[in-house]
Amino acid sequence: MSTLVEPFSYEFFRNGILVATLSGVLTGLVGVYVVLRGMSYIGHGLSHAIFGGAVASFVTNVNFFLGAGTWGVVSTLLINRVARRRTIGADAAIGVVTSASLAFGLALLSRFRSFTRNFDAALFGNVLGVELADLAVVGGVTLAAGLFVFLLYRPLLFATFDPEVAEASGVRTGWLDTGFAIVLAATVVATMQILGVLLIAAMLVIPPVIGRLLTDSFGRMLGLSVLIGGLSGFAGMYLSWYLNISSGATIVLVAAAVFVVVYAISGARRRLPQREPAVG
Amino acid sequence: MEELIRMEKVTAAYGQDPVLVNVDLAVAPGAFMGIVGPSGSGKTSVLRVMTGSLRPIAGRVEKPPRLRIGYVPQVDTVNWYFPVTVREAVLMGRTGDRRLPWASREELRLADQVLEHLGIAGVADRHIRELSGGQQQRVFVARAMLRRPQLLLLDEPTSGVDVRTRHDVLHLLHELHHDGLAIVVTTHDLNGVAAHLPELVCLHREVVARGRPREVLTPEVLERTYGAPMEVLIHGGMPVVVDPAGIAEDEKVVPLEGGHHEHAG
Repeated sequence: MSTLVEPFSYEFFRNGILVATLSGVLTGLVGVYVVLRGMSYIGHGLSHAIFGGAVASFVTNVNFFLGAGTWGVVSTLLINRVARRRTIGADAAIGVVTSASLAFGLALLSRFRSFTRNFDAALFGNVLGVELADLAVVGGVTLAAGLFVFLLYRPLLFATFDPEVAEASGVRTGWLDTGFAIVLAATVVATMQILGVLLIAAMLVIPPVIGRLLTDSFGRMLGLSVLIGGLSGFAGMYLSWYLNISSGATIVLVAAAVFVVVYAISGARRRLPQREPAVG
Repeated sequence: MEELIRMEKVTAAYGQDPVLVNVDLAVAPGAFMGIVGPSGSGKTSVLRVMTGSLRPIAGRVEKPPRLRIGYVPQVDTVNWYFPVTVREAVLMGRTGDRRLPWASREELRLADQVLEHLGIAGVADRHIRELSGGQQQRVFVARAMLRRPQLLLLDEPTSGVDVRTRHDVLHLLHELHHDGLAIVVTTHDLNGVAAHLPELVCLHREVVARGRPREVLTPEVLERTYGAPMEVLIHGGMPVVVDPAGIAEDEKVVPLEGGHHEHAG
């Protein structure tokens, strides 16, 4: 028994498991809207784009969260703007902006090789090096994202499901889209050190998709995604201690394992006789 | 102002291409109006101008500042895999009335009342994809009705549905109109829907004609609206539009006086 609780005797582990759980909750919450708005590719690309901002902020000696956060918001707004040109399209716009930003980061890395090691955490995630300031940032962004979703739950749901009718009904969809872009950029920046650039997109997508497989109700999907994200963060961090594997990778593997189980069960359930479709 | 909405010389465009040119249109309280025209003629754009989501580049739109409009989109545009139950979808009609995410008891009561009125109370907890075509259309009418609208706008409510569902939807709209609601509906279906409405507007970027079906469903007006010749039969006192390209040579219609025709086959 004492072996099981042993990691909790270390402060860095307590901080790490708290921040990993919060990161899972945050990505689970924001990810529902990312998936349902068909923005999974943006989530993926944005994490790459912000890596460029992270390197640039280091070179210019600007605070990581401030520099990378601003970079993320600007990248998202740029993607929105480029995507409005019908001849280009959203997927190509994401490809252009995020690849250019990532290339910029890599160019800076190759020019200033002396600090390459510091970016291992940004690329692959390293929850064990979490400081109290990181904890405060992830906690703050989780709280802010939670408030954003709580206070704008109804218009956000309407605009996600049916943007045209929502706008016709008085919902200010343009402001909501910009607000959500900022929340998404903040989420990516806050969880970058924990999950790593390469794995953030997975945590933005897997918990919501599991939630979707389990329910047909939006409210329940949101709750399930937050729960699964948080539990994956907690269990992944805990297992990484014993398996001696990168915490970001373990968190994503735990979530992916849950997905495989739920997918198999829901597939088997679908093969059973279904309720008759309604008539009339 | 007597009308609910008055459009005067409205020109609207998406980018550089005008979709409506100098459109004059007014909707009175209790009106039941159909808008017909070919694809790209601006039918949906008229509805968008009415809701305010498309702003005219010229002309004026007058409506009372607190006019409540219910809008029912084309079902083809609905994401049927989105995770919402019927009750959740209908409650979206109350967006803006309450800040808290969960519905109040009063809202739930109102939603149940509307669902009951439209005959879909029994499927409130089902996913929207699990419903029949007629029920799916009623869900979005219910969402619009929860806003307690004075004017209900429906975009192609019978597009891609079977005959039974079309009857079902038309019957529902006549009931709502009978209850005093003003309704504007766009449709491609000249015989199944348009001919059964009290008032029609033929649109081809501009208003080609406006009046009762017997007055506007004429070969001349239809040719100006659709840019192709069409024949019109009178059956049981109602106009029936026939596309000559779609019938065999020995079934061609012969002209009657007054521009109307009688079937020869």
